[in-house]
Amino acid sequence: MNVLEFHSVHKRYYMAHALRGIDLAVARGKIVGLLGPNGAGKSTLLRIAAGLASPTSGSVRLMGRQLRPCDKRHIAYVPEVDNFYAWMTVRQAMEFESSMFGDMDVDDARSLLAELKLDPGKKVGALSRGQRAKLKLALAMSRAADLVLMDEPLAGIDPPSRAAILQTIASRYRAGEQAIIISTHEVLESEALFEDVVFLSSGRVVLSGHADQLREERGQSLNEIFAEVC
Amino acid sequence: MIIKFDEATPIYVQIMKGVMWDLAVGELTTGEKLPSVRDLASSAKVNPNTVQRAYMELERMGVVETQRGQGTFIVADPDIVKEVRQQVTEGAVRSFVDEMRRLRYEYDDIIALVAQELSAASTVRPADAPCAAHAQGAQRAPGAPHRDATDTTDGGSSI
Repeated sequence: MNVLEFHSVHKRYYMAHALRGIDLAVARGKIVGLLGPNGAGKSTLLRIAAGLASPTSGSVRLMGRQLRPCDKRHIAYVPEVDNFYAWMTVRQAMEFESSMFGDMDVDDARSLLAELKLDPGKKVGALSRGQRAKLKLALAMSRAADLVLMDEPLAGIDPPSRAAILQTIASRYRAGEQAIIISTHEVLESEALFEDVVFLSSGRVVLSGHADQLREERGQSLNEIFAEVC
Repeated sequence: MIIKFDEATPIYVQIMKGVMWDLAVGELTTGEKLPSVRDLASSAKVNPNTVQRAYMELERMGVVETQRGQGTFIVADPDIVKEVRQQVTEGAVRSFVDEMRRLRYEYDDIIALVAQELSAASTVRPADAPCAAHAQGAQRAPGAPHRDATDTTDGGSSI
């Protein structure tokens, strides 16, 4: 069953044509890499999948049904920008998120915060950039969301934090139950995490498929394919 | 198990090779438990489904078996080490020979180059002798069985 489907989705802004007819199907249990250079339309695609923006034309389906605003509770969206108030402590941010979304496993969130060495008493505003990225990730991964959308989770993060983020995704994702879409333009580090990949360039899907199959057919790494098709 | 990825090869194939290699050299033994899918996925930062696929393929080959609720184990059959070792060895030899053929070497050239490399390696490899013995080794070399590769240098220094 497909968690998410896009059918000829277009998105036009005032001057720009951000998405030019996207067809996409994401099956349950997959971690999908959404790969493309800056400006390819990755963030727009994720915002539409999250129900935060609506397509100019085309349709988006979640679990086989037209995406509706109330579907947000089935979706964990992790934006690239900071989404927690700086004055909140880590614990308050967790409680806030838990009150917004009923599907958070609070015990799991606590243990994941401890694993990532995030002090629950510390203010969000006092965290480093890498720590804030880990906080966003921990709260998204401790929810039982059908669909997790992460926009550039590694961008601008120090290497040890990047490794911790990739490890957390690999160990925490609910295999067989949820689908995760991760957008990135830094393919090298994250490519072993993706089962399927979608290459996006100038608002179009230029290549998509099973990651290992693409490696086998083309004898190239995803990073090399990225350089070629995007 | 440490897996260093060459990303141009399917990841599940590399995980399979890692297990087989470890078994061939004795890092893993018959009946030994492999890391859980989740642990290996997490430590190697690989998709758990990919690890699962590698374990499934190894099971199909008869190298590992899954015990319900307990995990994945190298099969208890002692012949498996021999078989896997042979497979890994054949693979290594084949890829070496393929590469040499691509470099347009013929049978005799390949044999000679291997012999030369082996004798060179056995005189300079630090694991063979401590540093102090190294200079002596060079003097001893003319009488040693691996003369070919060291002929010129030793001849020059001892005469």
